[in-house]
Amino acid sequence: MNDPIVFERAGVDALISELNDRGYEVVGPTVRGQTIMYDTITSTGDLPVGLRDKQEAGSYRLEERGDDALFGYVVGPQSFKKYLTPPGSVFWKGLRTETGFETVEPEEPPKYAFFGARPCEVAAMRIQDDVYLPVADGVYTERRERSFTVAVNCTEPAATCFCASLGTGPDVTEGFDIALTEVVSGDHHYFLAEAGSDEGVDVLGALEERPARDEELVASRRLVMHAADHMGRTLDTKDLKDLLYANVANPYWEEIGERCLSCTNCTMVCPTCFCSTVEDRQALDGSSAERVRTWDSCFTLDFSYIHGGPVRSSSGARYRQWMTHKLASWQDQFGSIGCVGCGRCIAWCPVGIDITQEAATIREVDVRKAAIPVPSVKEEVG
Amino acid sequence: MSEVFDVLIGRPFFEGMTDEQIRTVAAAGSKVTYHEGQTIFREGGSADSCYLILGGDVALEMQTPGHGPQVMMTLHAGDLLGWSWLYPPFRWTYDAHIHSDTEAIRFDAVMLKDASEADPTLGYELMKRFTETLVNRMQSIRIQLLDVYSTPR
Amino acid sequence: MSTQLLAEPAARPMHPVPCRVRSVARELDDTFTLELDPPAEGWAFAPGQFTMLYAFGVGEVPISISGDPGDQSRLVQTIRAVGPVTDALTSVAPGDTIGVRGPYGSQWPIEAAEGRDVVIVTGGIGLAPLRPAIRHILEHRDRYQNVTLLYGARSPDELLFADELQGWRGRFDLDVLITVDHGDRMWRGPVGVVTSLISRASFDPESAIAFICGPEIMMRFTIQELERQGVTSDRLYVSMERNMKCGIGLCGHCQLGKFFICKDGPILSCAEMTNVCWTREV
Repeated sequence: MNDPIVFERAGVDALISELNDRGYEVVGPTVRGQTIMYDTITSTGDLPVGLRDKQEAGSYRLEERGDDALFGYVVGPQSFKKYLTPPGSVFWKGLRTETGFETVEPEEPPKYAFFGARPCEVAAMRIQDDVYLPVADGVYTERRERSFTVAVNCTEPAATCFCASLGTGPDVTEGFDIALTEVVSGDHHYFLAEAGSDEGVDVLGALEERPARDEELVASRRLVMHAADHMGRTLDTKDLKDLLYANVANPYWEEIGERCLSCTNCTMVCPTCFCSTVEDRQALDGSSAERVRTWDSCFTLDFSYIHGGPVRSSSGARYRQWMTHKLASWQDQFGSIGCVGCGRCIAWCPVGIDITQEAATIREVDVRKAAIPVPSVKEEVG
Repeated sequence: MSEVFDVLIGRPFFEGMTDEQIRTVAAAGSKVTYHEGQTIFREGGSADSCYLILGGDVALEMQTPGHGPQVMMTLHAGDLLGWSWLYPPFRWTYDAHIHSDTEAIRFDAVMLKDASEADPTLGYELMKRFTETLVNRMQSIRIQLLDVYSTPR
Repeated sequence: MSTQLLAEPAARPMHPVPCRVRSVARELDDTFTLELDPPAEGWAFAPGQFTMLYAFGVGEVPISISGDPGDQSRLVQTIRAVGPVTDALTSVAPGDTIGVRGPYGSQWPIEAAEGRDVVIVTGGIGLAPLRPAIRHILEHRDRYQNVTLLYGARSPDELLFADELQGWRGRFDLDVLITVDHGDRMWRGPVGVVTSLISRASFDPESAIAFICGPEIMMRFTIQELERQGVTSDRLYVSMERNMKCGIGLCGHCQLGKFFICKDGPILSCAEMTNVCWTREV
């Protein structure tokens, strides 16, 4: 779009103010309950300054970094889907009339600036675009088209990260209005900014900044490349679809089902999981009704209920559905894998089930491999 | 005898059997005709025969006190009727009630059994066909037992 | 704004359109047929499609359309009362209003079936989503070869559309065989499962096309029996049922393998479903 520019922490504050002035509600990372959560922010003081999130399978802790980095962590349990498809969002409202009912015109949706969106987060929004935009559901579409995205490239992946396996990070290449790279090098703490849209150019133009120097470009580039080489995990995506389709009846799913608690955490924290339920509610006096969308999960029994009972009654079948959808059938449905490698499902699984590990195990126990010959048993006589 | 042979030859039930084998089976058979409302055999009666239905409709019924006859299933052209003759105590377990005028070949059970004992190859061919019918009928009854059309609540 | 939008913002696919109930007919103890004013001028559907029907404040359910696809003057839906929403939908009176979205989903392959024998195998209330296809075929009878309807019901007094079945049975250009699971002496027809009728139907297994709709177990046995007769899976079409909340491919509930039953189905060919047809809990 234009040449990268550089500013310091004050420039980040100015960026937030500029977005506020343009009518955006700026939402980004803050600390809530010792966790990185997304909320409204008005200055860099609201950001989790100087914190790192230490993540492992089934484990998440914040710790001091010993510096003043504004973006020295990766992702918490929330993603921006909480703003794009908020639980309880109203699809439709109606009033009872003498002969039936009539529709109430919907309210204007809010205008969000997604601030500090990690590349995996940006990729997740693009994946959800493929789900929602062709249908224009009346909630996501309206919010998404009004939104502004300030992405932040990743320089320090967590142990649960594997975006490099999916090509969704650690740097953002499309789908942003502004992309920042934070560099903390001794006393020199600065932000390199690039615009990804016309509006991004406008917004950056309103800030006090200067063009990036060559050594700054090199330093920021080096940090991102370092991150790419230090992913905590990998996911082998080669022939993943065929692998999972072929293993639909693999008994290994039952083994996962014995560990899986069907708690739905993985689906709630996943930035691409879009399954929802539609609830019709009625005022107590029956005068009005509304149709709302709430998040749902393929891990609940109700999810697959048809008159008589659930289709997927075992945890193993529900885990298979989730993982097969995410990594295989998503490709048939939307043309891409439904995973961005953010690692949230690994960290927030209470029993530490790791999608990268389970995919690798399925590859090992692939039913298409030649049956293992049964060792001959010597007949013991006497 | 040759008349029964002519009827049996080319029937799907006998497909794959030699003319000689079919001739032996035909020797145990005779053509029978029943009219609507008649009963071929009754529950508890001595099972000394089986039938290959050529045309018409036969209902297998069970008498239930207070409810009258319950139709378990109906048999039609090409279907085999009756296998209580195969094993002791050789008694019919249903009534075979004629729904519409029916033509069939009635086979003498003793003759079939004797022929099978004398020629196990023939016996095996017949047994394969009987068991296929049995398996199909058992599967049908299982689906009926599931009561798939009932209202799930 | 970093997003290029494809859709027209005016589209409100989750808004139910109020439709007036013209008549309510009781088909069976728990099954009713509603005739509604169509949601819009020129509103049309294809045989096999369904709508989402909304009872104000109670909820919404997918219901297959059971009317005549050639008649755009009314929307006909047959509903079995099995829960709170269907109870509410079947308790309406003429003049009441219910909400309609749709039509949604795929259709019976009525065009691919032209020039071929058509075998329609159905059970219970599964006849409802097939009635539009049967009506279409009968209205364009010369386009099809032998047409056979095999219908299974629980008992003689649970035959759906009994009068219409009677009419179809009287036609010379349609073979109708009806069987019941439980009969008594009053029932003169066959007793047994619907699959036992298949061997009595006349069709060319090399080219015939089959439309199958009923409880999933009944459909699986029907598929097996037709395959045994030589009908290949690409000519076997079934109407699948899964939980549906939105009807537009967003809620995720109705997934069956790679398919969203609401938009890729409900009508699918068995050839498309090889991976999921015989797997449990998919």
